[in-house]
Order: sequence, then C-alpha cells, then structure tokens
Amino acid sequence: MTTRTRTVHTEPVAAVGQPTLSGHVQGYLARLRGGDMGALPAILGLVVLCVFFSVLRPNFLTAGNFANLFTQGAAVVLIAMGLVFVLLVGEIDLSAGFASGVCAAVLANLLTIQGYPWYVATLAALGTGVLIGLALGFLVTKVGIPSFVVTLAGFLAFQGVMLMLIKGGTSVPVQAEPIVAIENNNLPPLVGWLLAAVVVTGYAASQLLRYRNRSVRGLVTDPLSVVLVRIGTLAVGVGGTVHVLNLERSLNSLISSNRGMPVVVPLIALLLVALTFVLSRTAYGRHVYAVGGNREAARRAGISVDRIRISVFVVCSSMAAVGGVVAASRFSSVDANTGGSDVLLYAVGAAVIGGTSLFGGKGRVVDAVLGGAVVAVIDNGMGLMNASSGVKYLFTGLVLLLAAGVDALSRRRAVATGNR
Amino acid sequence: MSGTPLLELRGVDKSFGPVQVLHDVAFSVHPGEVTALVGDNGAGKSTLVKCISGIHGTDAGEYFFEGQPVTINGPRDAAALGIEVVYQDLALCDNLDIVQNMFLGRERRSGLVLDEPAMEEEAARTLASLSVKTISSLRQHVSSLSGGQRQTVAITKAVLWNSRLVILDEPTAALGLAQTAQVLELVRRLADNGLAVVLISHNMNDVFAVSDRIATLYLGQMVAQVRTTDVTHAQVVELITSGRSGRLGTATETGNGYLSTRVAGAAE
Repeated sequence: MTTRTRTVHTEPVAAVGQPTLSGHVQGYLARLRGGDMGALPAILGLVVLCVFFSVLRPNFLTAGNFANLFTQGAAVVLIAMGLVFVLLVGEIDLSAGFASGVCAAVLANLLTIQGYPWYVATLAALGTGVLIGLALGFLVTKVGIPSFVVTLAGFLAFQGVMLMLIKGGTSVPVQAEPIVAIENNNLPPLVGWLLAAVVVTGYAASQLLRYRNRSVRGLVTDPLSVVLVRIGTLAVGVGGTVHVLNLERSLNSLISSNRGMPVVVPLIALLLVALTFVLSRTAYGRHVYAVGGNREAARRAGISVDRIRISVFVVCSSMAAVGGVVAASRFSSVDANTGGSDVLLYAVGAAVIGGTSLFGGKGRVVDAVLGGAVVAVIDNGMGLMNASSGVKYLFTGLVLLLAAGVDALSRRRAVATGNR
Repeated sequence: MSGTPLLELRGVDKSFGPVQVLHDVAFSVHPGEVTALVGDNGAGKSTLVKCISGIHGTDAGEYFFEGQPVTINGPRDAAALGIEVVYQDLALCDNLDIVQNMFLGRERRSGLVLDEPAMEEEAARTLASLSVKTISSLRQHVSSLSGGQRQTVAITKAVLWNSRLVILDEPTAALGLAQTAQVLELVRRLADNGLAVVLISHNMNDVFAVSDRIATLYLGQMVAQVRTTDVTHAQVVELITSGRSGRLGTATETGNGYLSTRVAGAAE
C-alpha cells in the first residue's frame, strides 16, 4: 500500500524503501561506530555499577535502597535536566547548585521565618529561579561575559545570598506538609500502577500514531518490530520500577507501612515528559539545538539567538529552583549546605554521563535522568560500603572524567567519520 | 528579450566610511536566467549582494522589483520579496538533519507541535522537483553529507520558500569535479524552473557552463552586463582584470558604469 502511494506522487527521491529490522540494527551499529553513542555508556555504566555494588553489598539490592536512590538523586536529576538546556546551546551554568540553594532558602525564609503559606513560598522560590535565570542570561548574551565567568561569579554570590536568607547559616526547618511530602511520602500502590499505565499507554499511543501517520504518507519509518520493542522495554522498565517501589520497605509493617512510589518520582517523570516534548516536538526546542549546532546559521534562519540563549538560562535556573524545593523537602530543612558542596558537579556530571555534550548541540533531557541514576548509584553504593568521603569524591570525579572523555573521544571519532 | 527584469538596480552607490565600494552600479536580473556576477577580489560583488539582500543599505540608487520601485530596509524585506541568498559558508546546522535544516526558522506546525511529516514531504517534493538524486535519506544529519550534498541542501533550502530570486555565493568553490557538475546542473535547473538566479563565481568554466548573462564588476563599477553567448572567455577575463575589453566596459577614472551597461545592453 505504501508503495502505491509513493508511485502516485512524484517519485520521492528521499524514500529509499522501508528499512528492515536487520537494516535498523546495522544502522544503529554504524552510528555507534561513528561515535554517536547516545545513552549507551550511561546504561552500560548503570548495569556495571549495580552488579558491582550488589555483589559487594547485598543490601544494595533491596526495595528500601531502591526507593532511596530516587529520593537521594531527585534534586541532582532535576538540576541536571535544566542544565541540559544550557549545555545544548554550548554554555555552562556553574551557579545552578547554589541557585537551587537560594531558591530553597527563599522557601524556608518565607515559610518559617515570615510565616507565609506553603504555596506562596513555593511560587516565590520558583519565581526566584526565573529571575536568576533572566539575570544570568542577560549578562551572558547582552553584556557578553562568558557564561563560565558569569556563573562562577553567581556560584560565589548566590552562596552569600543564601547565607543571608537563612540568617548566617543556621538550619531553618521546613515543616509545611505538602513540601515535606514530596520526598518523604509515598503514593498508594494503586495510584502508582495507574500512573505507570498512563505513562506506558501514552508512550505506546504516541509511538504507534507516529508510525501509522508516517507509513500512511509513505515516509520512512522505523520497523514496526523496533517500535514494539521500544514500547515493550518501557513497559517492563516502568512496571518493574513500580512493582519494586510498591514492595513493603518497612522493617515491621505492623507498626508503620512504608510502601509505594515516592511523590518525587511522578514529579520527575512529569517534568521529563514535558521538557522532552519541548525539546523534540516544538519549534523552540528545534531552535535550541540549532543555536547549539551553528549559532550563525540559526541567526541567518531568523532565529532570535539571544532570546534562545537567555531562555535556556531561565529553564536551567527554574529547574534548579524545583531541585531546591525538593532538597528542602528531603531534609525538611534548609541549611548552608543545601545546593552546595557536590550538588552542582553531580548535576553537570549527570548530564554529561548521560550523553549530553559539553560542546553544545547534542543531548536530551532523559540523559540527565540516566546520568543522574549513575551518580545516585555511585553515591549510594559508596555510602553502603562505608567508603570515606575522600574515596567517594575521587570515584565520582573519575566517573565524570570518564564520561567527559567518552564525549570528547566520540566527538573526535564523529569528526573523523564525517558524522559530527 | 525576457521583458521586465525581475530585479533591477540603478545608480547604486555604497560607501563604508571614506571608502566607496560601489559606484553608480546598475544591475538587472531576469527570471528564468542565470546571471553570473563576476569580478576580482574586492570588486564589490559581496557588497552588491548584501545591498540586494538588505543586509546593507545603499547610499544612493533605485531598487526595482518586477518593475516596481521598492524600498529594502533589511533582510526581512528582501526575503518577503522572495530573495534568498546561499552564502559560501552554507549556514547549515551539522547537528540537525536535512529536513530540520531546510525548515529552520520557518518550521511547519500543527498547533504547538512541529508537523514533521508535512515538512518531510515538502522537502522530498522540492528535491524531486529539482531532480536531486544524490541524497539518500532526508533524515540523515547534515554532518554526514559531502560538500556537494551540503551545497545541494543549502540551495534547495533557498528554493523551498517560493523564492523568486536565488543568489549563490561561489557554490562550487570547495567542490570536486563531479560535485561541481552536480551543483551546476542544479543551478541550471533552478533557472529552467523559472527562478532568477545570480551566480557569483571566480571560475570561468562554471560561468560559461550555466550562465545566460555575465555582469562584471571592476573596482566597484559595473563595467559590462552582456549575454554569455556574445563574449569569449578571454574578453570576460580582460573585463575582470582591466575593466575593459575592446568596445566593452569603460573603466574610466570618472567611472561611467551606468552608461556602459546601457551600451552593452544595446549590443544585445
């Protein structure tokens, strides 16, 4: 049927027949060899690390620890998701960690010190993120200071602002129920399954619709088998995750039950879907990639390059604000360490480990989640092994270096094979 | 011969500070024809193109499009008339695929969402209308394309927008023999499809292979605009290097380029 549609139109030069399954696999392998690794290093790394820690520490592989991974990694993943936008246009935001700290401090200050209701404080925290992003973006694009320097200055300055907001570094408690719930409460198991069903059905519907839409028009599509495998993989992954999260984690379930999906998981999933949609399905997202790929080409195509560059800083700082609120929720308090120490580097590491290029133009939001999972597993596993902070930092640093090395080498390979 | 020129410039002057780059330039481009714009380095070719495409304003002179006087205040005005420029450095994004590059900045949407199938079909149709057979998949990244293929994409991108006049800045400068032939064929086909084409080139073989008219700039003056069949290689080279060749061209100190063009035109 597709062939008939094709012969009716003028001969479409571009359609070279539908690729077969083996053709698809070969194409994928060719891309790998050409240096387009995608998320493969992160997934492999994740598997290797999980096996490694499970063998050394059997309690790594418990339902309780699995849930911990999510709550421990949430803030870093959220910040990394925003960082992907900045990295995509070839900039960097070193201040994202303390930007999340400032936003968390605004939240704590308004909630606890000034006694505003939680929604006012949360909106103010998110608004602070937007303002920080606007300021950074303005300084980078309109004044023309390199983003490295602007955000390095922000790194120091925001630390100061944060200390002032929480009155010189005391720990300010955050007790508003809805905020604390994000990291400390679980959804009922049934709701978890419902959400999983919604996600899988939604993904399947969008993939199959796309497949049908394209094959009806006689355009090249991925083989149906590949589409189905993709849907199946997601279903198994999501289903497995929900199943494990719904297992009883409490040592004595009679006293207190602790099962179900932590509230932060659907929050991350929602933002992942929303931001992925923005990047891959809207003109704005296309323009972000274009600015990162060739700024001059983007400008000549009539894209307002400055506006795009400012907007990515806004997205990044806003996501940092979300990360800050989540961090405040996790400890039910905000202190001088919120968003500080290793948060930023973990977030940059997460994005890069996931496959987002430091050179701009290449990356996806899901990279932040995959890379964030790697970082969370390392952090968690090292903790279980009672490794000293020194060993932990050293190990994480090496993994980040490895990821950046893979990025640089695959880029070189891509240039060599004309597949930049 | 082909009636009103699609684009006609008269008496265009352009200075950058104390340096006058264009003196009283007249230039006309006809639909369905390839007009080669030749001249040595610094003769003012690029400046003239930038004046046409609205990147530079002019200090003096008139601009006619389809015989109507128009004012061009910026690239947008020129684009609105259907004038597209394909620059030497192509301006493609390596990290995007062919369709994405072709529609960059003017994406088709249905609602909020990009309408990828529509864009892909349109791109395939445009390539087919130009009989481009050198591109196997529209969804491959531009980075994986050869120089000739990239040039093809850049030119096709310019054609996609119902453009009337396409200006190509040295499209074959960095290409091998086979690829040059492909691109020249494409240039010819643009004109055969009814577009007006301006081809900037240093390569006389290319110029004589595809152009219908040759316009020669010499030190900022339009010294001759003639039909390609009326001149020889040697004459054009002479025009480029010395501004005159026999009765063609008048590179005088007073720079009476406008008159010379009329004379050349009368020779048609």
